[in-house]
Amino acid sequence: MSSVLLNVENLEVFYGSIHALKGLNFTVNTGEVVSLIGANGAGKTTTLRAISGLVPVRGKIEFSGKDLVSVPTHQRVSLGIAQSPEGRGVFPQMSILENLEMGAYSRSDKAQIKTDLEMCFDLFPRLKERLQQMAGTLSGGEQQMLAISRALMCKPKMLLLDEPSLGLAPLIVAQIFEIVKKLNNEGMTILLVEQNARMALKISHRAYVLETGRIVMADSAQNLLSNDEVRKSYLGI
Amino acid sequence: MQDFIQHIINGISLGSIYALIALGYTMVYGILKMINFAHSDVYMVGAFAAYYVARFLGIENNPGFSTLITLLLFSMLSCAILGLAIERFAYRPLRKAPKLNILITAIGVSLFLEYGGQVVFGADPKVFPEVMKDFVLFNIADVELKSFDVTVLLVSLIAMLGLQFLIFKTKLGRAMRAVSANSSVASLLGVNPDRIITFTFIVGSALAGIGSVLVGMKYPKIDPLMGMMIGLKAFVAAVLGGIGNVGGAVLGALIMGLSEEMVVAYLSSTYRDALAFGILIVILIFKPAGLLGKYSVEKV
Repeated sequence: MSSVLLNVENLEVFYGSIHALKGLNFTVNTGEVVSLIGANGAGKTTTLRAISGLVPVRGKIEFSGKDLVSVPTHQRVSLGIAQSPEGRGVFPQMSILENLEMGAYSRSDKAQIKTDLEMCFDLFPRLKERLQQMAGTLSGGEQQMLAISRALMCKPKMLLLDEPSLGLAPLIVAQIFEIVKKLNNEGMTILLVEQNARMALKISHRAYVLETGRIVMADSAQNLLSNDEVRKSYLGI
Repeated sequence: MQDFIQHIINGISLGSIYALIALGYTMVYGILKMINFAHSDVYMVGAFAAYYVARFLGIENNPGFSTLITLLLFSMLSCAILGLAIERFAYRPLRKAPKLNILITAIGVSLFLEYGGQVVFGADPKVFPEVMKDFVLFNIADVELKSFDVTVLLVSLIAMLGLQFLIFKTKLGRAMRAVSANSSVASLLGVNPDRIITFTFIVGSALAGIGSVLVGMKYPKIDPLMGMMIGLKAFVAAVLGGIGNVGGAVLGALIMGLSEEMVVAYLSSTYRDALAFGILIVILIFKPAGLLGKYSVEKV
């Protein structure tokens, strides 16, 4: 937990005249789970979109010491950034297998791809049972599992997860967070965006609290869990 | 009865040609959600490319298999290059512009090719090279199977199976479907959407090139405005099948070809072109998403 993998400085994003991110500064270290928590419209998803290059930005985004700002989205994947987007974004008319193969699009190490497929099936055995089923016919939880697996198939150094709990039953949410924790134990660096702050903080090392495009708090997850203001505003206690 | 079967064969042959062109409309729509009105003029340029190549090589009066293949290849190549250029220089700069701008640009490119074509090629019709002799291959119970029809059917079938293979069995095809479904998610996985879009234009245009040689073979009179009517009919076929849907384009084109042949045979050839627009009106009223298309509300 030493070297800085992602370093964001003065990150600003505009949607037309709307100032969505007003100068964010944060870091993610190798091997960490870092959460961005906050209410609707705080800028959490926008931050992930900026890191993946889906929105034009001002400021600095450094990944493994390389400045990303001028790198197009599709090339950031081979640098080691993979995202499971908000709303899962599975390709509904493609089978589970094809969705996973899309994850490995920019790779050519066939043997390793096969091993990684097996790893995904170990994590989510349900996917293996339905390889040829169209992704559009899966339940929400299964689609989320597929979206995470597909991102893993990119073989990332850092995994960006956008609202993995969105619209899922509590039992499934618990399962998914279990997997996220497991992935981190195996060495994956994870940047997690969540509205379900309690779940997110439980599995995170550190977290940042966002409010209307600004970071208003930054601390270890444990401290935030016991912070009065966080408890009142985000944990509903 | 023999007549009826004969008309069915002719209709399928006509429908396959519509299908080759309709596929270009539907593929571009599937990936960019735009109607490429210049597509029918790419088809026209393909016919002229074949015409000039045949003259240049001195094979315009040399019907046979090798002439067919040569003209197909050159026409496909010219159309692919033209399609690529149109995408690169006319549509790509407008990728983030409102859809109406791209639509108007497409109409502009179409007019540019049609009237530019009249300047470059001349407005008077030219005689397409003799691709092959038309003779009766089989004669089963008075139903004639002519070499033209068999060639049209075989060539389009091979082209469509090839396309099917490309789209559903290759990595590139998978990426095309991914970009068509959700291009920003596809780019998150490492796909460069621009490259896939270019490739889609190349493939769609090459199919139109195949169509142009087959039409030139059957109706050997070409002129710079030849794309207008067949383009409209192919477009209607694509809408009929459900625009954006590859299987739908082929189905719609076969229905168009067959009904056109039947109308000409049993009603009057006066109604030949009215039929296409009749079908368009009916489909837009009763099933706007097309036969195989899914109705989706435009999200804003």
